[in-house]
Amino acid sequence: MLETIAFSLLNGLLYGMLLFMLSSGLTLIFGMMGVLNFAHASFYMLGAYFAYTVGLVTGFWAALFLAPILVGMIGAAVERFGLRHVHQHGHVPELLFTFGLAYVIDELVSLFWGTVPVPYRMPESLDFTLFTMFGIDYPAFKVFILAVSVVMFVALYILLKKTRAGLIIQGSLSRPDMVSALGHNVPQVFMWVFAIGCALAGLGGVVGGIHLVTEPGMAFLMGPIVFVVVVLGGLGSVPGALIASIVIGVLQTLALSVDFSLAGLFSGIEVSRESFFSTLWYMDSLRLAPVLPFLLLVLTLIFRPRGLMGKREA
Amino acid sequence: MSALQQRDKSTKPTATEGTRPRLRLGRFWPWAVVVLTALVLPQVFTSGHSIDMLSQMGILVVFALSYNMLLGNTGLLSFGHAVYFGLGGFCTMHVLRMINDAGTGLPLELLPLVGAFSGLGFGIVFGAVSTRRAGVVFAMITLGIGALVHSSALMFTDFFGGEGGLFGNRVEAPSLFGVDYGPSENIYYLIVGWALISAIAMFALRRTPLGWMANAVRDNPERAQFVGYNPQMVRFIQFSLSAFFAGLAGGLFILADEIITDETVGQIVSGQVLLATYLGGIGYFFGPVFGAVLVTFLETSLSSYTEAWVLYFGLMFIAVVMFAPQGLFGLLHQQVVAIRAGQWKGTTLLRLYLLATALIAVFGLVCTVELAYHYFGSWDPSAPLNLMGVSVTATNALPWIVSLGILAAGLALMTAHARPRLHRKTSAKSSGGEQ
Repeated sequence: MLETIAFSLLNGLLYGMLLFMLSSGLTLIFGMMGVLNFAHASFYMLGAYFAYTVGLVTGFWAALFLAPILVGMIGAAVERFGLRHVHQHGHVPELLFTFGLAYVIDELVSLFWGTVPVPYRMPESLDFTLFTMFGIDYPAFKVFILAVSVVMFVALYILLKKTRAGLIIQGSLSRPDMVSALGHNVPQVFMWVFAIGCALAGLGGVVGGIHLVTEPGMAFLMGPIVFVVVVLGGLGSVPGALIASIVIGVLQTLALSVDFSLAGLFSGIEVSRESFFSTLWYMDSLRLAPVLPFLLLVLTLIFRPRGLMGKREA
Repeated sequence: MSALQQRDKSTKPTATEGTRPRLRLGRFWPWAVVVLTALVLPQVFTSGHSIDMLSQMGILVVFALSYNMLLGNTGLLSFGHAVYFGLGGFCTMHVLRMINDAGTGLPLELLPLVGAFSGLGFGIVFGAVSTRRAGVVFAMITLGIGALVHSSALMFTDFFGGEGGLFGNRVEAPSLFGVDYGPSENIYYLIVGWALISAIAMFALRRTPLGWMANAVRDNPERAQFVGYNPQMVRFIQFSLSAFFAGLAGGLFILADEIITDETVGQIVSGQVLLATYLGGIGYFFGPVFGAVLVTFLETSLSSYTEAWVLYFGLMFIAVVMFAPQGLFGLLHQQVVAIRAGQWKGTTLLRLYLLATALIAVFGLVCTVELAYHYFGSWDPSAPLNLMGVSVTATNALPWIVSLGILAAGLALMTAHARPRLHRKTSAKSSGGEQ
């Protein structure tokens, strides 16, 4: 039992950090520009596919940098030639634009790479056991994912809180007219924010595509969960996104690995298998796992709309 | 909130359309046209396949109209409307199965009401939670509820039937008028009847005080509240009523298909109704009707012609969001208004020129996409492809260059020449008129 919990915590942390890599970009875009980017998980998927294809030529380590840059460039183009023109009509068309974009990207991905998973694997230089716990090997690659996400968090935090660029970015959201009067090109700031957000999602895809599976359904699987993280963490709060990611990651992994049900917990009480309530009573946590994040999302929006660490209401 | 106000600049026609003080008979000709077409079409296209398609159109029309009660009338963007459609469908299915087991019970004609009232019930429960706020928060709560319901569909297998879904048999149910509902043509007319009833009901709802209040809450919630209405209450009532009609559409879906799976409450269906409604045009009552018919038609017919239909769909949606936020029906309606106001005079050629450039761009795009699908998708990319009547080889560079050239030329002419010229001309005209 102890080892199950220890491993679940570790794997949950890992999954949570992966979620963070995706959601930090989204929370940046959402918090700064007010655009709820529906296509964000699609950019994550693009990151994985680009890394696979680029990696065939250059190897994994170059792809680790090239793929996010490519995704960021696509993001910049999307902002420059699409979102910027829709912006004048308000937030709802912006949302709908990214909604349509998600359809298009998903379809293009299955066009170019096919509908079956591509063989995107970890590099050999990371394919070894880092440590052994309770007699089970823990691969170095998983620790590498953790390291990448920690580096990303620190870099993002420094960029936003300690640099001049972060100051301009934050100013552009609340007082765009002031910032532009000071001589900064606000639309260009937005373009960069969007590009950085997409590149972060792409980076998540580069490592996430190996850890999970690189297939055209991966965006669809991740999309809603990323929204949960952003809302739970609080609008535009990068530390909030970090905490929310880990909470959801651990929660879901624990529910999957620890066998738990109400019937098991209160084993003394008998509930008839016939009654309607029995479905819930005998429900094991394995089947409950996919529902948990969304339950959390709805509860957060009802009881604490500004999330864990957000300063404003969503 | 500012988002909603801004959005409504693009859907202004609602306001002008709505403030007409009394009903005029001349305004009802679209109804006559729609009803007549609906009645005549199955006599023209008699194949089982096309009648099934027409039934699906009728169902999506009701669903899209109910969706527009939220998006168009109240300014609420929902990403989980399939929940009420699907849950209404599941409840109807359970009642149908009970009727099948008992051999008697509720007549088939009234079964959609089961869906409607269960939709209303779920709408009241979930609406109480989700309509507290508008805008992006509302969109996200509906997304969350949609994902919640969809992922619990595999938990509660008794109700949702698990992976395989649930079956029923409409023929064994009793009929109010003794009609045999075996042939799909009969079920089609039943669907048309219900669609007509619900469309009239929804149209009438727009003209009640509740409808006006919904518009007021959409345009300016603070002011509506200041005048003495509770915006949250108005949203809640509109939401519940919208769920009622969505559930009715779900009930109709059961009658047509006799099978329902967990997909019905999922994201894809929610996206489909959003697509249909927005493509048609959210500022007009007939916009969603147009959109629903178009989307169903494209889905069923386009998918038999080309593998790339989902891509065309997505691109069409993006194009509408970018260039025609008032929707396709709105675009047509604007032209009619412009012709009546005499704005087409002197710009007819220019407008046709703009249309031609757009069509050239679309043609180039279709050629490119078809080439790409052939090149990446087929077993043998070098096999000859029949592209617009010309046999080409996708592995050669020439067809690519020609297709991309046509696309680029069309786009460049449209954005750099035709659109600015038309814009200059029309704006010069209107400013001249003011002076």
